Amino acid sequence: MTDTIANRAAKATPQKVARKIKGLSDRAIAWIFVAPTIFLLLAINIFPLIWTIQLSFTNYKANRLNREPEFIGLRNYERILTDSDIWLNMQATAHFLFWTIALQVLIGFTLAWLINKKFKGNDLWTTIIVLPMMLSPAVVGNFWKFLYQPQIGLFNYIVAFFTGKDPSSFEMLGSVQLAPWSIVIVDTWMWTPFVMLICLAGLRSIPDYIYEAAEVDRASKLRQFFTITIPMVLPFLMLAVLFRGIENFKMFDLVVQLTGGGPGSTTELTSINLKREAFEKWRTGYASAYAIILFVTVFGLASIYVKALNKVKER
Amino acid sequence: MRTFLTGLMRLRRGPWEMLATIIIALGVFMLMQPFVLWAFTYSFITTLVGTVMFIIVSHFPEDE
Repeated sequence: MTDTIANRAAKATPQKVARKIKGLSDRAIAWIFVAPTIFLLLAINIFPLIWTIQLSFTNYKANRLNREPEFIGLRNYERILTDSDIWLNMQATAHFLFWTIALQVLIGFTLAWLINKKFKGNDLWTTIIVLPMMLSPAVVGNFWKFLYQPQIGLFNYIVAFFTGKDPSSFEMLGSVQLAPWSIVIVDTWMWTPFVMLICLAGLRSIPDYIYEAAEVDRASKLRQFFTITIPMVLPFLMLAVLFRGIENFKMFDLVVQLTGGGPGSTTELTSINLKREAFEKWRTGYASAYAIILFVTVFGLASIYVKALNKVKER
Repeated sequence: MRTFLTGLMRLRRGPWEMLATIIIALGVFMLMQPFVLWAFTYSFITTLVGTVMFIIVSHFPEDE
């Protein structure tokens, strides 16, 4: 008999175990191995999801366990989708999403394009640039809070240096106009390296012979950029946009650390509002419907993301 | 455009997935736009239709 992996595994199986599984089909053994994972998946993901869907049709309150939840049909969904305050939260989320993605793509692509050029210290710069991405959002939120301090914060002093304004004359986290931008700046600082890495992968996947052929045809650098670089990096950029879009739609920790949703509710993103409804106001049924709305949105975006990912894989 | 319509008529995966993607994107836009409240109200059902459609049409046969 040849010394295959299966034979070696069979030899290494203790006699006691071998006797127990003797007579079981390959399919049954496969199920035995897979069953714990499936059970965990059902218990942790599927069961809570089904339960949340069920709760979203009731007026259940988790802090009143003695009260029997009443079935109220689609009333929770109706209330959420006609609530102008939630609409404003969605707009705050849209502002955050649009500007973070726009800035991250612009800066990330520029950095990737520069890093892709061969120069001395290339690897060192790549490491330095990707450092913010490796930090915990809670840590980033905390130290940016110090940077934004009007009296001692470095950010205010840098802005003051360039604009000539008094550093303590403006407050990034306390101003209704500036607070939405303060969270955009921090998220851009933290996640631009991620977009840069994806763009870098896209740029490095372009074969050199395409540029060489363009050189032979006397295409200018600008034309090469717009007709070769951009179209070939576009699927990767799409991937980065979708990934960041999904992540930022669910953004919670960074913003809670920075502003806590304030001042007022100017930076109260949907996830923060959802947490308030569920664990401060204890409107569990209502919060469940809210969570299902967000879940369907993220699921829809994730479907597009998977499609884009498959396209990139085909390349 | 003609290929797209033919694909839709022949129940091909590519064009139907494209249509579902457009509906999902429209739903997400309606959810977050700052212009009219009624668009926000109907955003969820639009996204839900797009998502369910995407799941179904991803089982359609590929283009030849």
